[in-house]
Amino acid sequence: MSHSGVTVRGVASPDAPELADAARSWRCAYVHVPFCHRRCPYCDFAVVTPEEGGAPDRFGRYVDAVLAEIEMAGEWGPLDAIDFGGGTPSRLPAADLGRVVAALRDRFGLAEGAEVSLEANPEDWTPPTATAVAAAGFNRVSLGVQSFDLAVLEALGRRHRPADAEAAIDAAEAAGFRTVNVDLIYGTSGESMASWAATVRRALDAGLPHLSAYALTVERGTALSRAVAAGAPAPDPDGQADAYEYLRAAASEAGLVRYEVSNWARPRHACHYNLATWAQGEYLGFGLGAHSHRAGMRRRNVRRLDVYLERVERGELPEAGRERLTPAAREQERLFLGLRRVAGAETGTAGSALLDSDAGRRLVAAEVIEERHGRLRVVRPLLTDAVLREIPVVP
Amino acid sequence: MLDPPQAAMTDHARIRNFSIIAHIDHGKSTLADRLLERTGAVASRDMRDQVLDTMDLERERGITIKANAVRLHYRAMDGADYVLNLIDTPGHVDFSYEVSRSLEACEGALLLVDASQGVEAQTLANAYLAIEAGLEVIPVLNKIDLPASDPERVVAEMLGILGGKPAEVIRVSAKTGEGVDDLLEAIVARLPAPGGDAAGPTRALVFDSYYDSYRGVVCHVRIVDGVLRSGEGVRFMATGFQAEADEVGVRRPAPEAVAALGPGEVGYLITGIKEIDLVRVGDTVTTTARPAPWPLTGYREPKPMVYSGLFPTDGDDFERLREALDKLRLNDASLVYQPETSRALGFGFRCGFLGLLHMEIVRERLEREYDLDLVATAPSVEYRAHLTDGTEVAVRSPQDLPDTAVVASISEPVVKVMIITPSEYVGTVMELVRQRRGEMGEMTYLTPERVELHYRIPLAEVVFDFFDQLKSRTRGYASLDYEPGDYRRSDLVRLDILLNGVPVDAFSSIVHTDRAYRRGKAMVERLRELIPRQLFDVPIQAAIGGRVIARETIKAKRKDVLAKCYGGDITRKRKLLERQKEGKKRMKMVGQVEVPQEAFISALRIDE
Repeated sequence: MSHSGVTVRGVASPDAPELADAARSWRCAYVHVPFCHRRCPYCDFAVVTPEEGGAPDRFGRYVDAVLAEIEMAGEWGPLDAIDFGGGTPSRLPAADLGRVVAALRDRFGLAEGAEVSLEANPEDWTPPTATAVAAAGFNRVSLGVQSFDLAVLEALGRRHRPADAEAAIDAAEAAGFRTVNVDLIYGTSGESMASWAATVRRALDAGLPHLSAYALTVERGTALSRAVAAGAPAPDPDGQADAYEYLRAAASEAGLVRYEVSNWARPRHACHYNLATWAQGEYLGFGLGAHSHRAGMRRRNVRRLDVYLERVERGELPEAGRERLTPAAREQERLFLGLRRVAGAETGTAGSALLDSDAGRRLVAAEVIEERHGRLRVVRPLLTDAVLREIPVVP
Repeated sequence: MLDPPQAAMTDHARIRNFSIIAHIDHGKSTLADRLLERTGAVASRDMRDQVLDTMDLERERGITIKANAVRLHYRAMDGADYVLNLIDTPGHVDFSYEVSRSLEACEGALLLVDASQGVEAQTLANAYLAIEAGLEVIPVLNKIDLPASDPERVVAEMLGILGGKPAEVIRVSAKTGEGVDDLLEAIVARLPAPGGDAAGPTRALVFDSYYDSYRGVVCHVRIVDGVLRSGEGVRFMATGFQAEADEVGVRRPAPEAVAALGPGEVGYLITGIKEIDLVRVGDTVTTTARPAPWPLTGYREPKPMVYSGLFPTDGDDFERLREALDKLRLNDASLVYQPETSRALGFGFRCGFLGLLHMEIVRERLEREYDLDLVATAPSVEYRAHLTDGTEVAVRSPQDLPDTAVVASISEPVVKVMIITPSEYVGTVMELVRQRRGEMGEMTYLTPERVELHYRIPLAEVVFDFFDQLKSRTRGYASLDYEPGDYRRSDLVRLDILLNGVPVDAFSSIVHTDRAYRRGKAMVERLRELIPRQLFDVPIQAAIGGRVIARETIKAKRKDVLAKCYGGDITRKRKLLERQKEGKKRMKMVGQVEVPQEAFISALRIDE
């Protein structure tokens, strides 16, 4: 029997505390694929467009560098989950994706039933691609659908059309992926409640086992933040709250279980890589701007492609910075992450300190948080950060 | 009997004591820098801007808060060596008493006016003070190097005040040094030497004092009669305090001990006193061996004009605030304070200030030099409530106002305001004064383009953003000065603000009945903007007595969460939350509502 919690995985509902807590001991790998056709106006991830040196002729060299970085990692594993994020991982040929999965398997080993997941953009996700990616060892795909309203897609700078998204979903299901997820974005300027409701309906009608929905957020340094600074309408938090509540009701009716602020799944389909990060589990990140968390240390890689390639090709770790938390900060972080989950987190010293504070009592009185059986939960997920801000550092 | 003057003392015929009267930005500190440089008091290589303004705040704001005195040695064209004592004075209306004491220590003054700006109200007020004190005034036109200068118009304005001929105006550029030699000669030739009775009992005027952590209280003194010797017993005549003169000396500008200071000389006196209360600006120092029968005239207790409550954001800092105020007071006898309790803000102090600038300076120094986070309540003046039983109560805070049932009437302080403005803005200024319940007084044309206007305006109307309004409505051209007047009965009420149904004492204000509705409405609207959304709906009401006159609601916040948190975001998210947590420290819990400090400061500063 492995440590990976396979038994838990087999039975648990996505929001079960047993699952949330088991994820603490999981080991994961993250691979960052920074290539995108173009940069979306709201995105602040480490992304390289063809004009910035991310043309397809660079892909092979990048994959080689990722393989070299994997080789540099010490003994570890086996892996309970692998996640390919971006950027646009589906920009890479399936063969390259397969080389990386194989290298991770060879280096660390894969636990039984391990999740191997990939983010894909609908415009790249044709039936042959889907089949090839499944053959390369992937069993989960997350499709960047965002909306089924063409005007909203255009406002978000996305290249696909609503029909492309439906075709992509069909392709993923036909290729036999264990879990297919769609990502949605709500609160885009110009998106009406009717438009959002239609998007939600179409996503739910697909009957998929996983759904993620994110409020459009203005991140610093993005084209969106410059536009807002110049007077474009900023997302309206009340409108986003309405959109969220609509989705919450509709998803529940469709049999999906919310297990984190922005994530819904059917039983046995919760995203393991994410569960591990919210449980302060360990992961190694490879590639541009990737983050790692291992042995109490949080590390991050450089965000410039040329620097990353040169460092790795010289046989050096492409690390840009690291941080080791004090035990008190780590305890605080446990709640910062854990309280995002429906399962909440064990109350612990930080949670007790919160409950003992005036702010904590106010949050209990306002029915924003509750404590039961030694677990602290946020009952109103849209106010999670109002809770997290009150968590004291207890020395 | 008294010894004859020692060699260390200067023949008073060779002394010139003067100060510089100027509006802010008209170049006073720069001119002082040039005079120090020209007379060799500061070597060019040690020269920096604003040599005499040693406080960080003074240098940052370009203002002088504390008086200062420096002795300059100058060999004039007549071949004789002179001692010139430059007494630097604060320029702001809040410190006019300090200005008057500094002027008292001089025989002459330089009226320094920017050639591109012209005479301002503050300059004029101080020039009048100088003339009343019998000082010889030398008009000095500064910034003649600037292309925008309009020397002929400004000279006409200056002579309109002082009389005299255009040739008597010294033209300088403090920046380039042009004309500074002429000015030094004019100081020697035109300013009178100090008089004084060298053989009489010692009388020295304390024109400023400050606290030095090693030496205790250091007083700046001007010897009027007799001699002040190191080692002698001295007595402060107003407070009656006696001590020994540990050291007397002069500042050049570095302190330099001397055996004695004779009549007409300016220097410092250190007695080892630690309590600034015992050494008041305006007091007279005499000797215990041969005390003077009468002090010099003009001593006055400092009188606060505005009051405000200062509360630590963190209640645990109350003792630190007390210690900080005690320390600040060592250098500022005009600061008065007493403990105050606010239901909304907890324990703090009700402080009295000479004016709004003084208030801002004190608050800023407390926050910067003593690392305190403070909430300051809206400034209030001292009202007088006349009770039905015939007694009278001083009201320094809206909370002090007794129940309306026992109040027969309320009166408020009125100040005499002088405004100088270009004539095209006279109508605008009159309109502003009318809105502020002012009464028109005299109006004098300084030149066809510039007018001097006199009003009587309730002080409460002047302390709330009157100066800002005057500046913005006249494009910065009008200037303002005021002096205390008397009290006048007025139709005043207390306006209360209720947050979530609970009155917040810190937001209460005393207002004129005619203005209560507009102010109440403006207050609740402003507070709705200033107070962030809470976990529940928060009603804000303005009320007089039990009657609600305006209402707004802050809707409960619905969304306060970042949508995403993945592996790569964890450190960033934690840091973001920590920054936001830090920001919350500047919030004050009032009942169940989080109120940002800015709300307390700006809610009452509103233009209805």
